[in-house]
Amino acid sequence: MAVETQAVKKPVLFTALVMGAFGAFAGVFVGAANGSVPLGVVIGFVLLAAIAFAAMELLDPKLEQPVKWGLVVLMAIFGFVLSGLPGALVGAIFGYIFGVLIYWVGMGRYRVPLPPYLTAGQVMWHYSFRTLCGAILVFLITPILVVMPLSFNAENFFTFTPEMLRLDPAGYSLKHYRDFLTNSEWTSAVWNSVRIAPVATFISVTLGTLAAIGLSQSHVPGKRAIMVVLISPMIVPLIISATGMYFFYSKIGLVGTYWGVVLAHAVLGIPFVIITVTATLVGFDNSLTRAAANMGADPVRTFFKVQMPLILPGVISGALFAFITSFDEVVVVLFIGSAELQTLPWQMFTGLREQISPTILAAATILVVISIGLLTTVEMLRRRSERLRGMSPG
Amino acid sequence: MNTATDPDKITGPTPDNALRAADASDKKDGPVLAADGTPLKKSLGRALRAQKLRALAMIAPLLIFVVLTFIAPIFDMLFRSVENQIVSDTLPRTTQALKDWDDTSGQVPGDDVFEAAYIDIFYAAENKMHTRLGTRLNYELTGVSSLFRKSGRGLDDIGEVYKDQFEDLDENWDEAEPWAELMGSDAWLAEARAWEDGQPLPKFELREGIAEVLPRTADAYSQFAAFTRVEEEDNVFNEEPWTLVHTMLYEDLAAGDVSGYTGPRADMLIAADALVDSPEFETADLKAVFEDIDKDWMDPVVWQTIKMYSPDYTSGYFLNSVDMQKTPDGPALRDEDERIYGILFKRTMFMSLVITFSCIALSYPVAFLLSNLPARTANLLMILVLLPFWTSLLVRTSAWKVMLQQQGVINDVLVWIGLIADDNRLVMINNQLGTIIAMTHILLPFMILPMYSVMSTIPPYYVRAAKSLGATNWTAFWRVYFPQSVPGIGAGSILVFILAIGYYITPEIVGGTTGTFISNRIAYHISSSLNWGLAAALGTILLAVVLILYWAYDKIVGIDNVKLGG
Repeated sequence: MAVETQAVKKPVLFTALVMGAFGAFAGVFVGAANGSVPLGVVIGFVLLAAIAFAAMELLDPKLEQPVKWGLVVLMAIFGFVLSGLPGALVGAIFGYIFGVLIYWVGMGRYRVPLPPYLTAGQVMWHYSFRTLCGAILVFLITPILVVMPLSFNAENFFTFTPEMLRLDPAGYSLKHYRDFLTNSEWTSAVWNSVRIAPVATFISVTLGTLAAIGLSQSHVPGKRAIMVVLISPMIVPLIISATGMYFFYSKIGLVGTYWGVVLAHAVLGIPFVIITVTATLVGFDNSLTRAAANMGADPVRTFFKVQMPLILPGVISGALFAFITSFDEVVVVLFIGSAELQTLPWQMFTGLREQISPTILAAATILVVISIGLLTTVEMLRRRSERLRGMSPG
Repeated sequence: MNTATDPDKITGPTPDNALRAADASDKKDGPVLAADGTPLKKSLGRALRAQKLRALAMIAPLLIFVVLTFIAPIFDMLFRSVENQIVSDTLPRTTQALKDWDDTSGQVPGDDVFEAAYIDIFYAAENKMHTRLGTRLNYELTGVSSLFRKSGRGLDDIGEVYKDQFEDLDENWDEAEPWAELMGSDAWLAEARAWEDGQPLPKFELREGIAEVLPRTADAYSQFAAFTRVEEEDNVFNEEPWTLVHTMLYEDLAAGDVSGYTGPRADMLIAADALVDSPEFETADLKAVFEDIDKDWMDPVVWQTIKMYSPDYTSGYFLNSVDMQKTPDGPALRDEDERIYGILFKRTMFMSLVITFSCIALSYPVAFLLSNLPARTANLLMILVLLPFWTSLLVRTSAWKVMLQQQGVINDVLVWIGLIADDNRLVMINNQLGTIIAMTHILLPFMILPMYSVMSTIPPYYVRAAKSLGATNWTAFWRVYFPQSVPGIGAGSILVFILAIGYYITPEIVGGTTGTFISNRIAYHISSSLNWGLAAALGTILLAVVLILYWAYDKIVGIDNVKLGG
């Protein structure tokens, strides 16, 4: 940015009022937890306004670090008095936030990343908007994060026990993980998922890649209609696919068999392979295959030596999508599977419906870890693909 | 179609352009020749055809695979939503006889119908088909199921009346062998006599001429013989016939003359004929027996229902799925308290709309922020969007169950900070609210990603230009930025709506009874009530809605523009 906005110290009244407002907001909750909301609001306001005034006017600006840490300790003690160890933790966090906020507001640092010509209202709007977006992102991620600590619950509850909140080691245990790894119901479910997903993925990837290459050629009659048919497994609601497959596969004796589930999962994964591979092929330079053919390579050799290495990132991310589709699929398995073919999602689904045990949460945590791995892989592949595409002309 | 891949719009040496060039040069000075001497036009045409065929050959395996494993099942479901062969297959004679009966008369049909029903239900009961038929008709008229179950047991009594009298006359009428000798051909008899365990059973053959003398008996005995051989795998020669055969014998004897018959056991037959003709021979009144089994048989509504569902294809399932029913006067709405599917469809639509709008409201700011941040920060924040997208659906659903329960995390936090009282915990699960919250969260990435990909292509200088021309922030946003972001909203909304309307897992777990969708009802009919036809009809309606939206999506966004994960 050409014009740098300087941090200018704000009038102390402004700082005190803003910090007082934050304090009042925090006071609502502290007050509610301790009996009186209005009292909490007033105390919060006065306390924070006073601290802000003290930090800005009475103390040397060089004392910034000691003041921040002092605030952390102070608030931690305050929290501990009110509600024990968890209170101390929450208090310390709030103390740190307030410490940063006081100097951020008081020294006018919040203006630095913004253009200097913005009005106060625009600055206000900018930060409220950020806060709103932050809240939405928190909404997106919280449920997944909440599952993780709960899976270490020592009790068979789906909620935090008082021991867990007191951070008492006795409240935590690995017993649900032990159950997940030793209980035959869960291990056979994992085994079934592991047995089905790779085979289904293999089928969707081989057929899907071949078809995507065919589709990317310039002269395909009825291309759009073919595309609509190939993408339809992703669009048709799973319950309808499952119903149709149940009727049809029972006629040809595939219901309750391993191959029935594999074929169903393969067809559900195909749209993802088609989409990702077609997207990669858009950036593929066809003169490379022509050059290879010109130099005497046969089509098979051209495919494996020239085209495949270049579209591999797309193929792999398509494969991961197909894999996760199969690995995560439950409706079709519920319909056309059998008791011996219970997959991991099936086991979780029946568990959730009948509310059996927090072993589900242990399974969920393991799945989250797996999906973080998959996400990282896909992102890296996407970047690589973009790099490759950037290198090739066109 | 993408302009870059449209063969008519590419400039440069493509087969199409070469063909056009050849066409143009044709007119001037004779055909241009290729290197091998064939006209260039022909040679290029051949190359183009080969290219097309090669492309199609690459697509074909997958297309066949998808058609066989996916499209065929969908069509099977469509077929099942109108298929109704069970009634005419199980009650062929009855449906035939009912054709002449006026179902608006309010009268019970005549004796011929009852006789046909007797024969049909007897066979059905032997084949254990009568309970299945009863279950099928019970969807249309409650109580028919038990009616058929009772009748399957009770109709044996009719034959007993005749069998006992014939038996009193001659013990042989209750023996297997005399019957076999009377009905079976000599060749078959010889084989059946020589049959031993383990050998294939000989196929039954009627005695020549017996079908003319005793048409109905021969028919019934043949059925019996086929059933015994195929279903029970017994030698017909050793089995006493069904009581139905005795009834048919009575009818044949009463109707015709057997004096012309000269084969084995002719004496037995003539004696029986004399007995039937004598005045003291006791006959069973079919109607009375039916009434005795269950007086519902005297209710014309039962017969109306059978007649209404006798065609091989029916609109009945579809009528049911829109809360209507068949009546003799045509389709009519069901009673107010029996209408459930209309409410369910409306609820599914309503909740899907609410979910779509909440997704729009939550996604717009996030997508806006992500597309306006520096790439590095945007990529980091994008992980927060993509992680839920990649996380198992079951994990997210179980997370919401954990969060929303009355003893769950949200309620616990609210109680802990004192916003609600412990005995006054919020009910956020097993109702519509639970489904909406959980599904909004689950579908949010599907909205954010298309919005983000559209918004990141909007150039920032339009808004700057608007502002420098004096537009306020709001005007610049609403008149300049927002219209450019509408395609993203459209793409995301249709995608989210399509996904929401067919959701099953999440409503099943967090929806309770009031927060469920039409999909949950379909699953219920497949796995619990076993009314597959109705499930198929509901599925077909849902499919139609989704396909219309799919078509709209294709028109607006284009199927080949679907993006996954940014």
